[in-house]
Amino acid sequence: MADEILFELLHMEIVGHLQRNAQKDEQDQCIAKLESIGFRIGQSLAERFTRDCSRFKDELDTMKFVCKDFWNTVYKKQIDNLRTNHQGVYVLQDNRFRFLTHISNGKQYMEAAPKYLALPCGMIRGALANLGVNCVVTAEVSTMPACKFQIQIQRG
Amino acid sequence: MSRQTARTGDPRKVNGELFTLTYGALVAQLLRDYEDDEEVNKQLEKMGYNIGVRLIEDFLARSNTGRCNDFRETSDIISRLGFKMYLGITPVISNWSPAGDEFSLLIENNPLSDFVELPEGHSALNYSNILCGVLKGALEMIQMDVDVWFVQDQLKGDNITEIRLKFNKRLEDAVPAGED
Repeated sequence: MADEILFELLHMEIVGHLQRNAQKDEQDQCIAKLESIGFRIGQSLAERFTRDCSRFKDELDTMKFVCKDFWNTVYKKQIDNLRTNHQGVYVLQDNRFRFLTHISNGKQYMEAAPKYLALPCGMIRGALANLGVNCVVTAEVSTMPACKFQIQIQRG
Repeated sequence: MSRQTARTGDPRKVNGELFTLTYGALVAQLLRDYEDDEEVNKQLEKMGYNIGVRLIEDFLARSNTGRCNDFRETSDIISRLGFKMYLGITPVISNWSPAGDEFSLLIENNPLSDFVELPEGHSALNYSNILCGVLKGALEMIQMDVDVWFVQDQLKGDNITEIRLKFNKRLEDAVPAGED
């Protein structure tokens, strides 16, 4: 058990470190690195969390696991809203996303939001990959500190 | 079968595996980026420092401690309150120097290095070096200039993990030029 502030500061520092060391034209690479760190975390976490679970019924069941149990362990709340078009797109909405709550609620720091969402995106992708679902995860913020994660399942 | 993950009693705690794995992924990324153990140690310490300077505020606000009278009292608070509050462990304090300005924190089960095995060829890597940075940064914010370094590490086959702290000097509040 670690204290939550340590986890938050660690995440902030990971973002800060990569940002500081990236050249101006390498911002994309910085996001990609955060994503890959997240992927690794998500993958190993899913492995451990599902150790004693029964098999998931279907894709939606897997998604519910991410929204409830996975989210609860990582962010200590559940996803507020899960939507799907039943054709492989899922939208997870979190009205108070943990990593954004320390940033001012105004529009001022909107530009900074993506880099605090890259690692969480990677975590979702990693967790799902571990459970046999290949996907692309993107995030968007319209008003702080709410955000939406869009999961697009890759088939075939 | 139930899929409920155990709800933890304390709302301020996060799952230890989450924390450990996050740190592990960071170290792995740094090793890929720098390919040099010494450089990774340096970066980890720097990141720890940045965490420490922020963490001390949280610590002072929550622990309700006053000033320490000497370095022995500081060591006690670091171990019994600091480590306990944030990592849930209480390192043993030992190996005091005769002058009372150096001591070691002995850690039996370092939560940062759960699941970790050092691959071959990384004998110079201090995996948990971030801790040194955190301690240095936090202490610097309360006017103590301290050197912190790893002496032993269970990951390298030692019996115990040992972090050594050396008190250098008290920092005086520096007033920016032209402000006094």
